[in-house]
Amino acid sequence: MLEIDVDIKELPKERRIILQHADDPNYSNRISCYLREGGYDILKKAFAMKPEEVGEEVLKSGVRGRGGAGFPAGMKWKFLDRKSGKPIYLICNADESEPGTFKDRQIMYKDPHQLIEGMMIAAYAIGAKQAFIYIRAEFFEGARILDRAISEAKEHGFCGDNILGSDYSCDLVVHRGAGAYICGEETGLIESLEGKRPNPRIKPPYFPAVLGLYQCPTIVNNVETLCNVKHIVDMGGEEFAKIGKPNNTGTRIWCVSGQVRKPGYYEFECGALTLGEMIFGVCGGLLPGRSLKAVIPGGSSAKVLRADERFKGTLKDGTEFDWGLEDIPLDFDGPMAAGTMSGSGGIIVMDDTVDIVEAMANINAFYAHESCGQCTPCREGSLWMRKITKRMCSGGAREEDADLLLSVANQIEGRTICAFGEAAAWPTQSFIAKFRDDFVNKAKAGDQPRDEKSLQLI
Amino acid sequence: MENRLNLSEQTLSKIDQVVPKYPEKRSAALMVIHLVQNELGAVDDPACEWIAERLDLTPINVKELITFYPMLREKPWGKRHVRVCRTLPCALRGSYGTCRTLEQKLGVKEGHVREDGEFSLEFMECLADCGQGPVVIVDEQTYENIAGESAEKFADLLLKGKLESSEEFVSYEDGLVQEPK
Amino acid sequence: MISSNDQELITINLNGQDVQVPNGINAIEAAAIHGKEIPHYCYHSHLSVAGNCRMCLIEMGTPMRDRASGDPILEEDGSAKIGWVPKPVIGCATNVSPGMHLRTESEKVKGCQEGIMEFLLVNHPLDCPICDQAGECRLQEFATDYGRGYSRYIERKNVKPKRTRLGPRVTLDDERCILCSRCIRFSQEVAKDDVLGFVDRGSFSTLTCFPGKELANNYSLNTVDICPVGALTSTDFRFKMRVWFLKETSGICTESSAGCNITISSREGVIHRITPRRNDLVNDSWMTDSGRTLYKAVKFDNRLLQFSINGESSPSANALEQAGELLKGRKLGVVASARSTVEEHFLIKQLVDATQAKVFLRGHFGEDDGILLSADRTPNLRGALATQLTSQYPADHLNDLTQAIERGDVDALLVCSEDLLDSGVSAELLENVPVVYLGTHANPTSKIAEVALPSLTVFEKSGSLINRSFILQSFKQAVPGPAGVLSDAQLIAELHHRIVGGEKPSTVPAELWDAISANSESVFSGISHRELQKNCIQLDGSSWAGLPFVEQAALHFEGTNPKVTA
Repeated sequence: MLEIDVDIKELPKERRIILQHADDPNYSNRISCYLREGGYDILKKAFAMKPEEVGEEVLKSGVRGRGGAGFPAGMKWKFLDRKSGKPIYLICNADESEPGTFKDRQIMYKDPHQLIEGMMIAAYAIGAKQAFIYIRAEFFEGARILDRAISEAKEHGFCGDNILGSDYSCDLVVHRGAGAYICGEETGLIESLEGKRPNPRIKPPYFPAVLGLYQCPTIVNNVETLCNVKHIVDMGGEEFAKIGKPNNTGTRIWCVSGQVRKPGYYEFECGALTLGEMIFGVCGGLLPGRSLKAVIPGGSSAKVLRADERFKGTLKDGTEFDWGLEDIPLDFDGPMAAGTMSGSGGIIVMDDTVDIVEAMANINAFYAHESCGQCTPCREGSLWMRKITKRMCSGGAREEDADLLLSVANQIEGRTICAFGEAAAWPTQSFIAKFRDDFVNKAKAGDQPRDEKSLQLI
Repeated sequence: MENRLNLSEQTLSKIDQVVPKYPEKRSAALMVIHLVQNELGAVDDPACEWIAERLDLTPINVKELITFYPMLREKPWGKRHVRVCRTLPCALRGSYGTCRTLEQKLGVKEGHVREDGEFSLEFMECLADCGQGPVVIVDEQTYENIAGESAEKFADLLLKGKLESSEEFVSYEDGLVQEPK
Repeated sequence: MISSNDQELITINLNGQDVQVPNGINAIEAAAIHGKEIPHYCYHSHLSVAGNCRMCLIEMGTPMRDRASGDPILEEDGSAKIGWVPKPVIGCATNVSPGMHLRTESEKVKGCQEGIMEFLLVNHPLDCPICDQAGECRLQEFATDYGRGYSRYIERKNVKPKRTRLGPRVTLDDERCILCSRCIRFSQEVAKDDVLGFVDRGSFSTLTCFPGKELANNYSLNTVDICPVGALTSTDFRFKMRVWFLKETSGICTESSAGCNITISSREGVIHRITPRRNDLVNDSWMTDSGRTLYKAVKFDNRLLQFSINGESSPSANALEQAGELLKGRKLGVVASARSTVEEHFLIKQLVDATQAKVFLRGHFGEDDGILLSADRTPNLRGALATQLTSQYPADHLNDLTQAIERGDVDALLVCSEDLLDSGVSAELLENVPVVYLGTHANPTSKIAEVALPSLTVFEKSGSLINRSFILQSFKQAVPGPAGVLSDAQLIAELHHRIVGGEKPSTVPAELWDAISANSESVFSGISHRELQKNCIQLDGSSWAGLPFVEQAALHFEGTNPKVTA
């Protein structure tokens, strides 16, 4: 449906700040390599500042959360309740379970000390008593790498008791999850860290910055966000804010997967390139003989984009835009203007061999499986949507199923305890909105045996 | 506490080390369950009760966790456990075919343990390496781009016990830069 | 609970109307005060807020303020500009504040309610015809009032364990469970027995106990009361009676001095079950399991149904006459009961005063569970104190009666439903002492009594009792007693007439109560019968502050020091 030519020579170049050592064959994840490249010097710089000053730099930098929500980290730190007298906790959300996302893995396996240094700076800035890294259990070796890195850091006085010889101590504990996507939700993570079933909490009143871990003020940040903290202190908040675009500062690691020639992780300044340049330039375009059908730009929770869609409107700064899918800038506000979101940065590319209803069924099965089951709409609605799409892919599709799916998704959105409800509803809503014919035609196709050569997605 | 589960000294000492790291005992639950499961293969009801006692909880508190999380088991997997990712990015690159291939070659249906207990297969949700999908995790090693013919070769090597020494399939973990140079 | 108990009233806007509500209560309670129902499942006024059923979704808005100055932003007409929250909020977790606007009946809210109702029914089995909860089932009620009225679900429903034994008194049907978690919160917070939990996840979440453990504590049936659907049901009540046939009467549990408020459900004179009634000062919404079976005594085999003289049944007039003959002009001893009502204590006191009789009282004690089963296993010991029938704290024996008989201070006994032989008084000692026994069931004492007068159980009469906090509570007759059997009050009035002569004291409740409250010195002074019927009344128990009450700190009870009236 869509094919564009991209001039390779004109392509923007990656700017690897976080991933500068990720593919260096001479760089291992041991502290000796990190120190060799000037590691932990920024920690010393931060400790020479006052904690509030560090927080100010992060606020000035305008860095937005890289976990999916895109909430400015400096502002989140400002909401922290420092007057309660209760201990403060810092948690790194290393659960990375959003389908299409695989950036935090690279940081933790290949350059773990960057995360540790970032966390210690952040802990110092917010006055944390203890810090945790909540890592998904499927990262078996990752947990071991982090444990070893923490021991190395402790030996050098960069972590644990009396950091850098000061009277500030903060222990860092690696806590493994056990295979649940809902542990990526910040209050679900906190419940899991407390040893309970990871049921997210109702907000209000349980905002983590006020009532978090053990009902104490807690900050939960993504791996990439915490690594950015180090670089912000390094170059200063103002300088950092010059990278990227206003309100979309710094670099982002984009993870491209699906049916492109060169999938993988790429770090660019925010807004440096468009979706079209990414897919057809950086990632080498689609597989031979294929044409683009759909793109999910921000992990499977983001709304899908149709290849031939056009997006018109006005940006926040007043400029008008009239984009094709290939024109959407890769930052935070671009995808939002196009009615979707950049989420966790996981770009999933689908070509014309994909049966859209099967893709929908695959996604619905994911959400039905991962729903924690606490609140009614998500629990019953996600399973219902899975059952509908599964039936549709087994020859039992009816024409009214498209409307039914949309109605069920609309009944989930906005009515749940946590954003999982939106994450489960948005894919269905956007697929039906943009590919309604595919769903309606599924009924007309009737009960036909699967074509052996077709791509099975459910 | 009485070692009713006959855990090794190593496991017991690791449990003793990990519990005090948390401000509240209950927080150590997942880590303790992982340690017990790593040794015993699964956490059955008597193990639930022991863990509950160790952490001043009631047994239902522990069972709630074991049944919630897919990676915690009440019955053990096979000696070699194979996980294939089924979520969209990997499915787009053929993971359903990979799972079928492995089912046929290994002789076990996904979600089950082979009768002789040697292999088990699990069709799992996103394993966070989507760019190199389809992703297959064997025990604790992550293998990438396992699809089509490659999946057949992979299965054959796995059956023969020659996967680890293969040069064609290098896991993500083994592919990391090992020694500082 | 999240809500506070401020008495200060504030103004909020409910569906376009300004109304007054206590500051800080949650929206569900606020709306209920003004007759608007916000349907809910998981919220319970005496449990912590979970917020997971999402049935109480409403629209909420608060007055907007200028970010910089903090000044209120106004509309053109001077009224406060309201910032409505874009997504609906749950009422149970929304505490009212001044100026808050709530919409509970808008199109948006109706859409939410229909949606949630549909989701709840998607995997719910069609069990209504065989489900005990029918008739008092919140799914039925809210589906009728707030549901869409038809189902669009054509897939297969989830299958889960049905009619399993969760404990000795509770049956669990997991398919009916809507996962509101009320039972789990109750077990953790009130019964302090953390034995219930959810296993598996998502729509397959299932309520269960750990294998080998059971929901067996003495408060297990409260989970049945609070379960909004038929997932948790009482095994004893299973399939016994459809609830729409039941007549409900307000009663007070007589198991101990906790004085739990109860509801007695009966049909055509037969009691089918007892459930707790809400009283925020006494028992919240709870009662013990053991207290629920007390009604079965109404039909026990050893129920006294006949008046008898020397063991032979006789007409009531004869028996009463004989009783009068035996007790008139003697050195009368009256063994009162701490289970009698305040009215009965008052009448006994009148008899005692008129005959210079000596009063003996024994206590019945057990272990205090710190919740609603107090160490004092009688419901109205304080009634005996408040009516001045006795001024001493009783022991669990009647040695003082033995001594009184031996000394010759007492040579005739009127016994109100106590077993003397179980209280340390020997049968030999009683051989020469005529005994008139007044009670509901036969016991060793009633068998050796010269005259036995059958009386009505607490379920068959009305009266009032004073609980451990000196709160006076009244109860109503639920079922008629056996033919010919009279209440304790009527029997004592008859005896008074025969022993003392003169006019028979009135046993008409209002008149009796006028007599009780006439004495300006007593704690009952000024209480009207009508007031007593409507509310429980806090009495001033300070006069007895020095007595060695045995009750421990428990639910709504700080300890053995009796409360002073506010």
